Amino acid sequence: MTLAIKVSGLVKHYESLVAVNNISFDVKEGEIFGFLGPNGAGKTTTIRMLTGLSRPTAGTIELLGLNINSDVKAKKLIGVVPEASNLYDDLTALENLFFMGKLYGVPKKERCKRAEALLELFRLQEKRNQLFGTLSRGMKRALTIAAALIHNPKILFLDEPTVGLDVMAARSLRKVIQELSYQGMTIFLTTHYLEEADMLCDRIAIIVKGEIITTGNPEDLKEMATKEQAMEFTVSNDASKLIEPLAALTGSRPILINSNTLRCIGATNDLLAHICKVVQEAGVKVIHINTVRPTLEDAFVRITGLSPTVMSAEKGGK
Amino acid sequence: MLDNLRGIWCIIAKDMKTYYLKPPAVSWGMVFPVTWTLAFYLRNPVDFKGLIPGLIAMTALFSTTAAEAVVINFELRLGTLERLLLAPINMAAILLGKILGGAIFGFIMSTIVTVTCALFLNFHVNWPSFFLILLPSLLAFSTMGSLLCLLVREVFEAQTLLNLPRFVMVFASGVVYPIEFMPRSLQIFAHFLPLTYAVKGFKSVSTIGTTSLPALHAAILLGFFTLFLFPAIKLLGKKFQ
Repeated sequence: MTLAIKVSGLVKHYESLVAVNNISFDVKEGEIFGFLGPNGAGKTTTIRMLTGLSRPTAGTIELLGLNINSDVKAKKLIGVVPEASNLYDDLTALENLFFMGKLYGVPKKERCKRAEALLELFRLQEKRNQLFGTLSRGMKRALTIAAALIHNPKILFLDEPTVGLDVMAARSLRKVIQELSYQGMTIFLTTHYLEEADMLCDRIAIIVKGEIITTGNPEDLKEMATKEQAMEFTVSNDASKLIEPLAALTGSRPILINSNTLRCIGATNDLLAHICKVVQEAGVKVIHINTVRPTLEDAFVRITGLSPTVMSAEKGGK
Repeated sequence: MLDNLRGIWCIIAKDMKTYYLKPPAVSWGMVFPVTWTLAFYLRNPVDFKGLIPGLIAMTALFSTTAAEAVVINFELRLGTLERLLLAPINMAAILLGKILGGAIFGFIMSTIVTVTCALFLNFHVNWPSFFLILLPSLLAFSTMGSLLCLLVREVFEAQTLLNLPRFVMVFASGVVYPIEFMPRSLQIFAHFLPLTYAVKGFKSVSTIGTTSLPALHAAILLGFFTLFLFPAIKLLGKKFQ
């Protein structure tokens, strides 16, 4: 399969700060490739270099065989959606799309056709004559993505596409991203949402402190966390009093998920009888019990050694 | 090349629509020089004709730089300028688009003022020579404005910084008071100001009549344009690194 993105030995220094440290990866054509990492990991710096906004300190970037920094044709092949929705507040939705189309040299007839199709795809037909500045956050995001697609790019770069969106807007946006991928577009996205990466990406690179820790498809990454099975059970009363006896009897590591739910990491099916005994002796009823399939979050924690809370923190410390 | 030319045109058209042809830019570019001139006219209508070249030069200066703080600093802050950089056009084309937007607005405003003076105040001008001076003046002023805006981050900082050379030049470039009657040190200082050559140039192409050559003033103004352009391109590049 042809490579859409080929990155070798990419480095970015800001004076003494090493933002990206010698990373290399490939993205195949038609793939959704996710860059997953906490805030400040180097995701945006990488996307800025990949899209020609920032020059690398060292390393090479090829987009469909073209050098983004020296070949202007490469810019015509890519669509970019930055983290902030940055279209013109004083232009309407349609005018913004036309402006971007003109900038990329899309012929007038084609421009009109594509603008209409994109407004339909993002369900913005009724907002076509509304100023960008007056649209809701979700609509602004959708229109910013539409603007990045007006010239029909081969590769779409999305920097934190669903940050700040409500659940419904984020969901419909993910649907569109998947649709674009079905149509054969290569998609490179950065995110710090583990579920988003899990849902959307064919392959994921985990980046921490400017370095890629690992690359693989979500299932492979989760497989790395399966070495430690877990059992989770919900009881009728306070579950905290079970922690000590369970740890002593089963040798597992019980974690309180909420006041009634415990997760015993390292507990296998063989220990089920022991767990039931401890629960019975404590005089509580088991409401629900199941083995826990590792999530991408488990894999992330295991691979990076970081707490999952670093991923739930929004940018700017929110 | 074609991509860059198209990009320049798109930026000009968009900036004219969203910034320049709006009341704040029109009022700053037009009302200030006209009010200023009216004040002098009411004081001494007989000698007023002598002030018209200065009025035209001042209109060119104020109108070209009327919205540059918004066009550059506000767009840098919003990230819309960065969006332009993602398109298949280079940094110089983006800046030229911004500069030419201001210059075209200045052209419209200065031409309106000059035509009004010609129609109602019996001000005669050699039109081809007039444009020979006007065009490089607009380029020099607009590029100077862009350079100053790129030196700072915020819109209000840019507005403040722009006011400094604007008002210094109005007083030191012979707009109202002839340079020949100024102290020697100010006469030397005036030679470093682009507005001086615009005022001299407009005088030389009108019936006010000076012996200086319009082409020489035009060449010096083009020199200022080049002098301001290259550091401005460099500064714009630095904003994205």
